[in-house]
Formats: sequence, structure tokens, C-alpha cells
Amino acid sequence: MTLPMPDPAAATAGEPGTALVPRRDRILRRLLKDPTAVVCLSILALIALACAAAPLLTSHDPHTSNLADALAPPSGSHPLGGDGVGRDVLSRLLYGGRTSLLGTALATAIAVVIGVPTGLVAGYFRGWFDGLAGWVANLVMSIPAIILLLVVLGTVGQSTYLAMAVFGVLMAPGVFRLVRGSVNAVREELYVDAARVSGLSDARIIRRHVLPVVQAPVIIQAAQLFGIGILIQSGLEFLGLGSTAEASWGSMLNDAFGNIYTKEQLLLWPGLAIALTVAASGLLANALTDVLVGGSAARPKRRRGVATATAVGSGVAGTTGGAGAAGGAGAAGVAKTAGSSGSSGSSGSSGSSRSTEGAEGAGGAGAARAARTVEAAVSTGAEGTARTVGAVGTTRATGSAGVAGTAGTAGSEGPATGADAPAGDTGETADTGEAADTGEAADTGEDESARPRFREDAAQGEGQPQPPLTPAADAPALPPALAPAPADAPAPAPHSGAPVGDELLVVRDLRVSYGSTAVVDGVSLAVRRGEVLGLVGESGSGKSQTAFAVLGLLPPEAQVTVGALSFGGTELSASGAEAGHGILGRRIAYVPQEPMSNLDPSFRIGTQLVEPMRRHLGLSRAEARKKALALLDRVGIADPARVYAAYPHQVSGGMAQRVLIAVAVSCDPDLLIADEPTTALDVTVQAEVLDLMRSLQKERDMGMVLVTHDFGVVADICDRVAVMQTGRIVESAPAADLFADPRHPYTRMLLASTLEDSEPRGPLTAPAVSEGVDA
Amino acid sequence: MMKFLARRLLSGVVLVFVISSMTFVLMRMTGTDVARNIAGATATTQQVAAKKAELGLDRPVVVQYWDWLTAAVRGDFGRSWFSGDTVISSLTDKLPVTLSIVLGGLLLSAVASVLLGVAAAVRGGLLDRGVQLLAVIGFALPSFLVALILALFVAVKWGWLPATGYTPFAVSPSSWFESIILPSVSLAVGAIAATAQQVRGAMVDVLRKDYIRTLRSRGLSRRSVLFKHALRNAAPAALTVLGLQFIGLVGGAVVVEKVFGLTGIGSAANTAASNGDSPLLMGVVVVMVTLVVVVNLLLDVAQGWLNPKVRVG
Repeated sequence: MTLPMPDPAAATAGEPGTALVPRRDRILRRLLKDPTAVVCLSILALIALACAAAPLLTSHDPHTSNLADALAPPSGSHPLGGDGVGRDVLSRLLYGGRTSLLGTALATAIAVVIGVPTGLVAGYFRGWFDGLAGWVANLVMSIPAIILLLVVLGTVGQSTYLAMAVFGVLMAPGVFRLVRGSVNAVREELYVDAARVSGLSDARIIRRHVLPVVQAPVIIQAAQLFGIGILIQSGLEFLGLGSTAEASWGSMLNDAFGNIYTKEQLLLWPGLAIALTVAASGLLANALTDVLVGGSAARPKRRRGVATATAVGSGVAGTTGGAGAAGGAGAAGVAKTAGSSGSSGSSGSSGSSRSTEGAEGAGGAGAARAARTVEAAVSTGAEGTARTVGAVGTTRATGSAGVAGTAGTAGSEGPATGADAPAGDTGETADTGEAADTGEAADTGEDESARPRFREDAAQGEGQPQPPLTPAADAPALPPALAPAPADAPAPAPHSGAPVGDELLVVRDLRVSYGSTAVVDGVSLAVRRGEVLGLVGESGSGKSQTAFAVLGLLPPEAQVTVGALSFGGTELSASGAEAGHGILGRRIAYVPQEPMSNLDPSFRIGTQLVEPMRRHLGLSRAEARKKALALLDRVGIADPARVYAAYPHQVSGGMAQRVLIAVAVSCDPDLLIADEPTTALDVTVQAEVLDLMRSLQKERDMGMVLVTHDFGVVADICDRVAVMQTGRIVESAPAADLFADPRHPYTRMLLASTLEDSEPRGPLTAPAVSEGVDA
Repeated sequence: MMKFLARRLLSGVVLVFVISSMTFVLMRMTGTDVARNIAGATATTQQVAAKKAELGLDRPVVVQYWDWLTAAVRGDFGRSWFSGDTVISSLTDKLPVTLSIVLGGLLLSAVASVLLGVAAAVRGGLLDRGVQLLAVIGFALPSFLVALILALFVAVKWGWLPATGYTPFAVSPSSWFESIILPSVSLAVGAIAATAQQVRGAMVDVLRKDYIRTLRSRGLSRRSVLFKHALRNAAPAALTVLGLQFIGLVGGAVVVEKVFGLTGIGSAANTAASNGDSPLLMGVVVVMVTLVVVVNLLLDVAQGWLNPKVRVG
């Protein structure tokens, strides 16, 4: 390749940009481990070698025709026989390969030589050149290449290499676009900003940070272009264009075509040579993608880079001492322990801000990211979740610090323990958190939809079970002290008495696992008509997984078993409510967490609102529309007609959540399953939406399962509470009893970090929220 | 949306203009002595000069170009230097052939790639691998090689379909259909491979979205969730690829027409280019590029219809 490779020393120098780029020897080694890549490389090498060594492999001249050998069958002197005019097929194949391979290499080289610099300049400096080059690229890309080549060859003369040079120019826009896109993307990276701010020259930034990013996609595309080049070239020669003086695979096919009625075998060899070469190039490109950018290899590396920087950030925060360390550790493990600032009670907010400082102090990309992550954590805190989640963060940190037992039993002593325990071991804590959480967060942060998605993850992180999350939650957080607790069966627990008789939903011994990791581990629960059951727990405790299992909406890779699952007296299978019975959507409805990502962006809100009613209630279009407008009005939307006709991107998040609630109740369900329905909303909207849900629930006498991590929400709306930890229900009780007399140490710990040993409701919302905001 | 389309239309017109100009200049700048070709090897120098004057080749290139352009804008592309027919009439004869196989190929690519892509995304497993394998094979086999193989087996060996020739629709719809099956399939194989892959990827992405889970939670039929909601959201990506593939399809027609002995625009391009028949080649280039522009414009319209953010926003 003509591209400069990155300086390997730079990778170790700790520059975050270059640290992402695998070194050359490592690329090669990884490539050699990939069987596809090895086979493709061997095939290409073999073909190239054979063509290069043509004079050694055959004594025949590819151009000498001997009419006696016309269409001769394979023989000793002509291993592959003779062609239509008596030329040796093998020698034409070998010498022809030279033309084909060299011509295509020329085209590929020209495409890269033109495409890369223009793409770099356009992507990095933008401005007028970007506009112009983009326009030209669009223009050139919409030309059918073969037509232009016909014109060129027809007028300038029959030269294969000329044709391939022109074709190289025609392919350059593809390379240009690719490079420009990659440069554009990396230009937005914080570490490039940082480099620019710190006064590095453009040339240096391009060499250090931009070129390494561009390199991989260009190599991949070059491999693809090579394949395409072979195709086009053989096509041209098949048409009889290109130099007639030289043998080539395409001209062999042309000859075979002329003799298709008499000797179709002639198609075989050139056809095979073309197909093999092109397939090998294409597959090599795929393998390169896997090795250079694809999932398995480069991604984890990238995550690790970022995560390490974050860990450093929290390490610094840790040394600033005391309770702040807990905040720092929490911030390192941000994704789930969001808002741990609140967890250490009064010192929480300072902990959080300190960790931000620490992160910045560490410098570089990862650190900047860490700072952003902390922001996100704080913003989640501001939404009133700080208390509970914070507590969770503390628990997790403690667990991983190896003092689980102590923390577990000492939980009743209140926040002090939770905050103090991990302080000494912050470094380690951060380590544990880092791999799973920050990696995840950083990854999402790179997506376009960074913010909202991130928040979801940060707040909850269990909507889509991520393998790394679960072990982190599982392994350390089940301290021996808790194990003997009556986790499995609600029956023997003092509070668990779900009265027998009029249950709407009964779940017994529900288990959900992904591979060998159990995320729901023997959950039993029951909901009566008109009853609101709060399913509370830390992130990763399996509460959302429980809800989705009941709905039957878990991803296919989830393994679900259930002792018994019945709804309104109907037995359901382990696949939950989705398995027919006309229950899902009609009698059980679901309200999701994140309003904006749960409406189909391509359809008007009205369409989405009407769809279930038409299906389940058999309403006519007009009836459904009338009812939909009434529903929109009922859920507090001021201008139902406008929202009905709007697309999801045209309404606010709060409004979208009202729409989702309206759809959920549209078919008068008996049971509503709501998965953190207010978490993603602004604080003021949260209260309104919660009010709306409560009044709808009362008005329609619906049963409701409310998944939440927010004890404020629980106190507001729930009749009964089931507390979940690591896939089990550890305590289940009427809400009032639970607040008055929490039995299980884990519940006490959750409550204690929230309530600061005062009476259940009063101080619950106000101080904690304001703390979050201060932070 | 209208503004967007107007801009695309304008750039399409610019494209036709630029390419035809480039072609014209290329044709005139080069050394081949067309007048000598037409007059024949035995013609005297005077005869060749007379021919040159007759064709207007003795005038400055700029003047020739201006004449061609002003005439072309009025729809007059002149006469072929070799056959003497007007370019318009010989192209209108040939256009239906090319349109049939190219649009047939496009339609086939769209339908087959959606079916295969969706199936691969939803079913996974063996079917998924099959589609991936098809993608590699489709990429590796040039359309003319597919055409040769199909012609060899389906037409020559088994005699199921005609090997060569084109029957106009007006003459016999069924024969017309038979005569375009093999060419269309040959053209479509590559496009199907690429587009199916794209549909698969887009579907896999969309099916992971929260709103799909939420739609399922409403008890809608699987078909409605898949084909109404998921496919609609996956379609824009597929359409973009299809638009690019169509450009290749038009180019492929040149080669495929040769294999199946079709006298379409593609074969006209081939003969005109090798003869140096400037007026005919200019006409061919204008028609082909226009075809690409029009189809891509239609795909843009479809894109806007599918994506409310383009349409409304």
C-alpha cells in the first residue's frame, strides 16, 4: 500500500487516537488466524504467482494459433485443450491473467491515489473544495462506467491499460466518499479537538490521528475495487474491446462465446479464473473488515482504551478522599450506577463533581468522555432517581471490593457504611465497573442517538441484556449473608401474602437466562384486578426482564422457563403473552420507558394509535379515528387532531409518552405493564405522566405492574411492592408495610439510602431531587 | 420535498449535459478518421474530403458542438453516419428492448432482494448463510458470465427458453415475457446479491429497535410488524443501494444484449463506439444517462414517500 502506516511508537505513547489502531504485525497475525482470509490470500497469491511464472508453466505462446489444434480436447501438449482458432488454452489463461491482474491493479491504484488525498482534504478542511469535490463525485458515480469506457476505447484506441486507467478514475469517487466520511467522523472526535486546541499542526493531526482511521476502510475498499475491476475489464474484453494483441480472461470468454454451440467447456477456465479472483477479493475484503474494524477485534480494544482513561479519572477522584471516592467509583461505573452522587448521603454531590475534576485531570480522550459520562449520570440524578440508584451503586461497589458480607449485614446501619466501605478500594471498584459499564456507555456515546439511548442505559441498562452487565451484577452482588434469605418462594416470607383467589396475573417460578447467565432466577408474583404492583430493584436485578418475559417480548436468545403463568385464568406457555390467545395488546398492554424510540418514526401517530383498535376491537376506520382522538384528549394532549396527524419526530418526549399510554389503554386492557414509564422524562413531566397513569388505572380498574427503581414512584402509586435483587424477589409486601417495616436487609439498605431513617413519604422526593440538581 | 426533487432534477440535467459534452469532445479529439471509414478504403482523398465536409467535420469542434447541442435540445439528434437512419428512429426501435430487460432486472432485484433479505434477517441460521453465500457468488460472477451460463443451460441445452432474440410485447405478451426472462435474470443476479445483503442488514438493525418490541406488545400480526413497519423503516437503505445498482444494470445491458443477441441500446452503443458513429453514440449516451437519472429520481421520490423526515421536515 502506498499509505503511510502509523508510527507504532505513538500507540504506546498514550495518545488516545493512535492507541486505537492495531499495529501492522498484529493485523497480519490476526489476518492469518482468520481461515477465510488465509484461503483468499492463498488463492490470490497462487493465481498471481502462476501468471507471473507463465513462461515456466507452459511452453506455448498465447498468440500462436495452430488450426490443427482448434477446439482440441485436453491432451499432453495442451493440458486444457485448444481454443476456437487453435491457441493453447492454458497459456492464454496464464498470460491473460497477467493482463487482467495488472490492469486491475492499475485501476485500483489510480482510484486510491485520486480518492484518498481529495477525500482527506475535503473531509478535513471542508469549505469550497468539499462542495465541489462532492458534486463531481456524485456526477461521476452516476455514469454507467461501461458506457464511458466504450466511448473512450472506441475513440482513443484499443488499449486495455488505458481503459483500466479511465476506470480507475471512475472508481475514485467511491474512495473519495469513503475517506471523506471517515475523516468527517474522526474530525468530530474529542481527541482531535484536543489536539487542535493544544496547537498541533494540521499536517501532524492528519498524520497522527486521521490517516490511521482512514487506512483500514481504504484497504478494505481497495480489495473490493480489485474484484470489481476484474469484472469490468473482462466485460470490456468480452465485448471485443481492449487490446486484441494480448490474451486476457475476457477475450477468452469472447472466444468461448463464439463456440458455445460446439465446445462450451471453453467457458470453464476463464469463467473460473474470474469468479475465483473476484470472490477471493470480495471475501478478503470481508475478512479485512472483521479484522480491521469489525466487531470482534477492534471494538473491544477501543472500549478498553476509553475505559482505562475513565478508571484513571475515578482513581484520581478516589485519592481526593473520603466519601467522595464512592461518588468517583460510581461515576466510573456510570452506566448503571448513575447518580451515585446521591448515594453517599450528604457528601454525594461533592463526590460527583470531584470525579469530574479527576477525569479532566487525567487528560486525553477517554477522560473527556468520562467527564461527559459523569454529566449524564448527574442529569439522571436530577430526575429524581439519585436516591435509589445511588444506593445500588454503593452496593455494587462494596460487593466488588470484596467486603460484601459486611456491607450486606451492616446495611441497616445506613448510608455511612455504604459510602465508607469502598473508599479504600476505589481503584479496584472502578476496574470492575469499567469493563462492563463504561465500555457500554462509551460505545453508545458514539452512536448518533447518543443522548437518549445513553440515558436509557445509564438509568437502567437492562432493556437489552448485555452479557457483560449481568456477570458484574451477579457475581459480586450476591453476598453470602443474603443468600439464606427467603429469596425464591414468596410464600414463607412474612409479607409476601398475595391473597389467593381473584388474581389477574399469576407467575410462578419464572426463570430467564442468557447462555449460562441467569437474569431472572425463580420469580413468583401475582397481581389482582385494580392492584398496582411495584417491581423495584437495582439495574440488572432482572425486573425489566421479568416484565418482558410475562409479555413474551424477550429476544429470541433468551431461555425462559416458568412453573406456571396464567392470566385471567388462562394458562400461558413459557413464551408469555405473545403466544396468541388474543391477550397481548388486547388484555395486557405495555408502556415502554423511552418514548421517542418506541414510536415507529415512519408512520403518523394516528396510524399507530388506530392500528391495535382496528385489529382487536374490529372498529372501522372512522370509529377508530374518533376513539383515538378522544383518547388523545383524555391523556391530556391539547390539540388531538394535530398530534394525530403528526409524525413522532414532530412531538415532544412527554407528548410521545402520553401517546404511548393512550395506545396502551386503547383496547381497555385488564393489565398494564409499565417499564419505568417516567424515567426518561423531565421532572415536571414525570409527575404529570404518573398522575395520568394513576387516574387511568383507577378509572378503568386495571391491574398494573410498574417496573421502577424509584421509591418515590412506588410510594405514590403502588399498592404492593416486590423488591428484586439479582434475579430474585427478596421481599414482597403491601407498600405501606414495606416502608414502615422493611424486613429484608437489602430492602432496608435501599430504603435507608433513600430515607435517612425518617418517616416514609415526606422527605422522600424533595431533598434527594434537589441534591441531584445541585450536583 | 419539491425543492429537493427540483434540485435532483437539475443535477440530473447537468449530468446529461456534462457527459454528452465529454463524449462529444472525446469523439472529435481523437485521431480515428471517420470520414475515411465511411467512404471506404478505396475512396480517393477528394472523396474523403467531400465526406468530411458533408458531415461538417471540417469545421471547428466548438461550432460542431454548438450545432449538435442546439439541435439536440430540440430533440433532433441527427442521422447515423453509417446507416443513414435518424438517430431518434433507430433508438426508439431499440429502446423497448433495453427498457424491458433493464426494468425487468430492476423489478426482479427489488422483489427478490426484499424477500431474501427479510427472510435472512428474520429466520437466520441456514437461510441467512445461504443469502450471505449468494452475496459472494453474485458479486463474483459478472452478469455476462451468468448470461453465458444461463444461455448455455436453460436455452441451448434444455431448450426451455429462447436463447436469442426479442419479441415485442405488442406481438405476443407471452413470447415477450419469455424473451426477457434470461436477460433480466442475468442482469439482476449481481444487484440481488448486493441489495439482499443491504436489506438483511437494515432489517436486523430495525428489528432490534425498541419500537418494534412495542409494536409486538400491541398484539399486531407478525406480518404487519415485519412487512408494514420493519420493512418500511429498512427500505430507505435498500433503495439507496438499488439506485446505485441500477447504474450497473444499465451498463450490464451492453454486455448481456450481446450474449442474447438483442438489438437494444446496449448493442447500438457497442457498434457505434467501435465504428466511431458519433451521432448514434451521442444519442445512446444521452438516452442511457437519462434513464439512470429518471430511475434515480423515481427512487428519490420513493425515498421521500418512505421517510417522513425528508417529506415533512
